[in-house]
Amino acid sequence: MCGFGGYFGDGVARHDAQPLLHRMVAAIAHRGPDEQGVFAGPAVGLGHARLSIVGLGDGQQPMTHSSGNFTIAFNGEIFNYVELRETLKAQGHVFRTGSDTEVILHLYERMGPDCVSLLNGDFAFAIWDAPQQRMVIARDRMGVRPLFHTTVGKTLYFASEVKALLQVPGVRAEMDPLALDQIFTLWAPIAPRTAFRDIFELEPAHILIADRNGMSIKPYWTLQYPDIGEPAAYADEHIAAEELRALLTDATRIRMRADVPVGSYLSGGLDSSIISALAAPMAPDGLSTFSVTFGSEEHDESAFQLQMAEALGTHHHAVACGDGDIAASFPDVIRFTERPILRTAPAPLYQLSGLVRQKGLKVVLTGEGADEVFAGYDIFKEARVRRFCARQPGSQIRPHLFRKLYAYLPGLKQQSAEYLAAFFGAGDDRLDDPLFSHRPRLRGTAAAKLFFSGDLRQTLAGYDATAELASRLPQDFSRWHPLHQAQYLESRFLLPGYILSSQGDRMAMAHGIEGRFPFLDHRLVEFATRLPPEMKLKGLVEKHILREATKDLLPESIGRRTKQPYRAPDSQSFVGKNERDYVREAFSERGITESGLFNPKAVSKLYQKCSEKPASGYRDNVAFVGILSTQLWQQTFSAAKALGARAA
Amino acid sequence: MTQVIKDSIKAFIIENFLFGDTSYDLQDDASLIENEVIDSTGVLELVAFIEDQFGFVMADADIVPANLDSVARITAFIAKHAEAPALNKMSA
Repeated sequence: MCGFGGYFGDGVARHDAQPLLHRMVAAIAHRGPDEQGVFAGPAVGLGHARLSIVGLGDGQQPMTHSSGNFTIAFNGEIFNYVELRETLKAQGHVFRTGSDTEVILHLYERMGPDCVSLLNGDFAFAIWDAPQQRMVIARDRMGVRPLFHTTVGKTLYFASEVKALLQVPGVRAEMDPLALDQIFTLWAPIAPRTAFRDIFELEPAHILIADRNGMSIKPYWTLQYPDIGEPAAYADEHIAAEELRALLTDATRIRMRADVPVGSYLSGGLDSSIISALAAPMAPDGLSTFSVTFGSEEHDESAFQLQMAEALGTHHHAVACGDGDIAASFPDVIRFTERPILRTAPAPLYQLSGLVRQKGLKVVLTGEGADEVFAGYDIFKEARVRRFCARQPGSQIRPHLFRKLYAYLPGLKQQSAEYLAAFFGAGDDRLDDPLFSHRPRLRGTAAAKLFFSGDLRQTLAGYDATAELASRLPQDFSRWHPLHQAQYLESRFLLPGYILSSQGDRMAMAHGIEGRFPFLDHRLVEFATRLPPEMKLKGLVEKHILREATKDLLPESIGRRTKQPYRAPDSQSFVGKNERDYVREAFSERGITESGLFNPKAVSKLYQKCSEKPASGYRDNVAFVGILSTQLWQQTFSAAKALGARAA
Repeated sequence: MTQVIKDSIKAFIIENFLFGDTSYDLQDDASLIENEVIDSTGVLELVAFIEDQFGFVMADADIVPANLDSVARITAFIAKHAEAPALNKMSA
């Protein structure tokens, strides 16, 4: 796992090429602290920062094929590189290194851009194809590894993080107002849009080809679910559970491949416990596990973490996220997320990757992805309860199920059935709305746009982020089961847009740590799409089939745990004794007025309210963290006023 | 008296849930939930305000949208339940 940057086009003078590539690589040196390298030819350049994990002594990049025809800069891992290399060797290919990087080069030599279809891995790469005079850039199926691009004149620039692109003369950091609206509605911009105006993300499972005729971007894989009327691919639960177990075991096995030790995150929940349990016997020197603990009972899961670590006999390490830690790291967190965020949850993960680095490891497995693939999130249950309520509007009994779903939310505990139904729009939302499953969350989040300034509101007049999201859904979406529709929304948008980026790659790579995600092995993802919905969400029991497939691996108390959403303290992390100068500055009338994005008077009242009553509700917390992170983004990246002269 | 109650409720909502945004067109009959003015925590803040301001304790059964989901409904509910001294104090 590493970082890279590069360009294709005539915009870089020969004598500027090396200095530019070195600057781009230096900006993302945290992703690859072990080695750096650059390759520059006429109208083409690649730079690379390497985190050595596979092929420690001979995997330097950019790497050129022995023919001299193809040169690659690659971030990530190809987990099936061993099998691919054997196949290629049998076909006559000769390898000079033991790296997975060289396997991509040979596969590309054989198949061209179609080689991505055979890769099982988390990757973003750029291959300079000299014979065809084209740059081929691809990104993994689920969006684990990042890739951004922009053009200046007719020259294409690309990099693992935006901060490398900001080294390019002519590239400016300006907030994209539509992206801000999307973040304050959907939690993340809708790719390819990013927080930066005119800087784009290559979407997951897409391939970009640039040559002298221009640039094309196409998907090479799509997330698909069966039509609702189709016969179930797996009618027998035992057979499905056996296949799931075999796939997950293999997905974990190939993700243990590395020339350095591989550890595992352990949250205390079902998913990371399963991965740790599968990985423990595969770790030759014993498995190291890593956890975050919290002082507040509401967020802490240390009892379960310790129970699991003890059961597996792991070398367990924990870092305490105490009062003041989130505020202490938050400016750094935003420097790495490169986008405003609405929750503080990435900050403790930033601390956690720091602990892994401190303990001398570079690679960790995580349980991320299971909630999307096997329907673990509360939002899936919530949508089911809302449909259940809609069958008998006005019921005094049915809405009580919401209380069961959100037992950890104090604001809901004391509410009447009528209020519960009203908050969740039970009976009001159209059942055929493609965004039905997510409407309460979208409404609740968008309420924070109350704080947008008059200028920003004027710029955004008539724009509806939810309509844009709906317009991006595939044609056959309406024929899928409601659970599959909800899973698609989570997997295709929020997973790459927030979970794998702001909480995943960015927080891990900030400390040069590579996260690996067995649940996002595309074989497992494709398998899970074909499972009947009831095997995933059985009544209101989430991840049923996963529990069945792994029940022998875990202590009963963990195997039966209800999903505990990973959360961290929000506004209370920044007020009272945790307050810092930068927080006061960000919320000051001067700071708010300068950024031009929010209403100073309203923000001042919000700051006062959250300072006086730290246990504010969802909307206030989202607004507080969103405003603070936007202000930090502005200070960090944008020298210019956000709403510049150019039209949106 | 009803106008005094209504003004007090409106001022509380504008200050506490709309953060002083007087440009918001807060209609008397508009649903506070459907218009995203108030969330689940906000309902509890509203109840605490009513109890503190109008001198009576709301029964659980009364904490329902029928009584609290618009300025008009809140006003009518308070007018029915508030004790005279609290109202007199407000109008004084």
